[in-house]
Amino acid sequence: MHRRTLLALALFTGLTAPSMALAADDAIKIGLLATFEGPFTVLGEDGERGAMTAIAETNGTVAGKKIEIVKGSSDASPDSAVRAARKLVEQDGVKVLVGPLSGDEGLAVKDYAKTKPDVTFINGTSAAQDTTLRNPAENFFRFSTDGAQWMAGLGTYAFKDKGYKKVATVAEDYSFPYTQVFGFMAEFCKAGGHVPSKSWVPIGNKDFSSVIAAIPEDVDAIYVALGGADAVNFLTQYQQAGGSAPLIGGSITVDQTVLTSKGKLRDVLKGTPSAGPTADTNDAPAWKAFVDAYKKQPGAFPSPSLFAHGYYVNMKATLLALDQIGGDVSDGGKKLREALSKLSFDTPTGKVSLDKNRNAVADIFLTEVTEGSDGNLLNKLVKVVPQVNQTLGIPEDEFMKLGAVNRDNPSCP
Amino acid sequence: MSILDQPSSSSLSGGGVTSRQAWGLVGLLAAAIVAWLVFAIWPAWLNAILISKKAFVSAILNGLTLAGLYFLVASGFTLIFGLMRNINLAHGSLYLLGAYIGYEVTSRTGYWLLGVAAGFTVLAIIGVIMQVFVFRRLEGDDLRQTLVTIGISIVAADMMLAVWAGGTYQIATPEWLDGALTLPIITAVRSNGASVFLTYPLYRVVVLAAAIVIGVGLWLMLNKTRVGMMIRAGVDDRAMLSASGVNVHAVFAIVFAVGAGLAGFAGVVGGSALSVAPGEDVRYLLASLVVVIVGGMGSITGAAIGALLIGLAEQIGLVYFPTYGVVLTFVIMVVTLAVRPQGIMGKAR
Repeated sequence: MHRRTLLALALFTGLTAPSMALAADDAIKIGLLATFEGPFTVLGEDGERGAMTAIAETNGTVAGKKIEIVKGSSDASPDSAVRAARKLVEQDGVKVLVGPLSGDEGLAVKDYAKTKPDVTFINGTSAAQDTTLRNPAENFFRFSTDGAQWMAGLGTYAFKDKGYKKVATVAEDYSFPYTQVFGFMAEFCKAGGHVPSKSWVPIGNKDFSSVIAAIPEDVDAIYVALGGADAVNFLTQYQQAGGSAPLIGGSITVDQTVLTSKGKLRDVLKGTPSAGPTADTNDAPAWKAFVDAYKKQPGAFPSPSLFAHGYYVNMKATLLALDQIGGDVSDGGKKLREALSKLSFDTPTGKVSLDKNRNAVADIFLTEVTEGSDGNLLNKLVKVVPQVNQTLGIPEDEFMKLGAVNRDNPSCP
Repeated sequence: MSILDQPSSSSLSGGGVTSRQAWGLVGLLAAAIVAWLVFAIWPAWLNAILISKKAFVSAILNGLTLAGLYFLVASGFTLIFGLMRNINLAHGSLYLLGAYIGYEVTSRTGYWLLGVAAGFTVLAIIGVIMQVFVFRRLEGDDLRQTLVTIGISIVAADMMLAVWAGGTYQIATPEWLDGALTLPIITAVRSNGASVFLTYPLYRVVVLAAAIVIGVGLWLMLNKTRVGMMIRAGVDDRAMLSASGVNVHAVFAIVFAVGAGLAGFAGVVGGSALSVAPGEDVRYLLASLVVVIVGGMGSITGAAIGALLIGLAEQIGLVYFPTYGVVLTFVIMVVTLAVRPQGIMGKAR
């Protein structure tokens, strides 16, 4: 029995041993952490396409060294993200890590980053506010903006241009949707709007019909911040239930990952206003060049999703900084982090720079869903809100007084 | 078996009312309250407590349809366990595979019913293949069977991910199942005196009806047919059944075919009501495990009761306390395990 147990143990260790990281000396290893399993699989796959687009632009090399990507997979839960990050850092020995994708994952990886001061973490697309605003980590950088920034302009647009006075919200129950609802309500409530009902649903919920039935009937519109499969399920069931109130979309609710889904949800989506870090019909040459480069990736969507964009921007920043320092991370990444903090560059969506918390200041796009000439649903650009910072233009001490985002904050019933 | 499964409640109590009669009274009272909640026009204070009548009645109806789906999946699971003492942990994979097959057939031929039939037939055949090539070899070895089925479910999940990728699919329902049904339930009265009736998606009513029809069909098959008699005998004493000249392996194969076929059928029906995506296999496996633990291993009636409890708990939890709704399901399971470890309809062994 004892020998058998030993044998089993030995076998087990053999199976889980580091996946033979035999990198050549002149290669730079970059960890890529995204959701390749679970409800956000499609999102993670598109994030990878974005990161690979940035790497393809430099032909897979940086500062004369070959880039070696080590992938780590999570399922959108914080513990899986930390497990994947630990595997990349402690077993594969990466010194630079790009990721994760989702809000709670970002918070968890930021906390992990504090225990690994000589590893440099660059965000993927995780967009919870407190990843960088409160209690940030010195070695965690976010060149993609946060979920509240993504909502810039939407609350005012919904109140003034669309004329919605009363809006109910439906969103997933974790940090990123809290941040999105905060961003929307910050403007909407200030403009004079009311949010009488907020529904928080567990991530991965399938059956939304009870939630739909519980939405008050006298609201002018429903603000929906759900992602991936959750958004598809909600929208389909909303259509089946004969829902008539117009929708307002969170950034990832009307993203390409949802717009390309098959089924009847297309009808309820047309005309939905939203805001986010990208717009599909952006005419800027830099954006068009990015779309063309992105489309060379296998399995690409008709237009890059915000995950492809976010991972692209963060990977691009990483490569630019690595190039500046000659790809030398032997000093525990000190020079790299210095270069990253000072970095300011032009992305396909305009200029990006970092604030003192290492969070991006960038342009935000106000959009509306329309049907393209080829029948694909697209986010039509309505307006660009230039250089939105993390405090949404409010002075920082005043902004901090609004309190941390959660289910009940903000509130304007 | 369902008759044997009745909780022993015939002991006489002193006061002339048997405990069975007392339970009957309680049941009647509960039914009256539910009927009143569903059909009466709610006073304002009740609306204030329970959000709105529309939300409450919809949650109940959704709970019932979800219970229908859970029942379809769990009935196969519980039959297979009851007869073979084998927990088939690949049961959720059968559900997901059925859903994908239903999607492919429906989107290629345009006939939804064909998709449903394909989901059932293909999975029934796969069930027989699994029984012949996997379970027959591991007969009587519970631990190995469990480990092998976990292995199968992991391999199947990755193979399905390779073929159908990580996207979310929606199986298109035919026109005649689309739209909403106006139910004779008044949810509110407008200020001008007009009544607002509750509308409910027709498709979900059909799902519920299908589950009831299949449930009754299963019960009839188990209790009124020769095969059913053999299955019941096998549940009670497998060795004696085989000693009396019945080909036990053939009975096993039939049960496995029906159980796997039902999972595939539920996959197509559920994939049309909700959606098909990776991860559904684990979700439904977990749901059927909870349903079967609550209802009692090996009992169809138990599966129906368990599915009803879990379905209603999930939907009511989702509307009234979404953050902690998941806990409710497991509270029911824990209470059942503490009070009646063999399950509500299970037999103590």
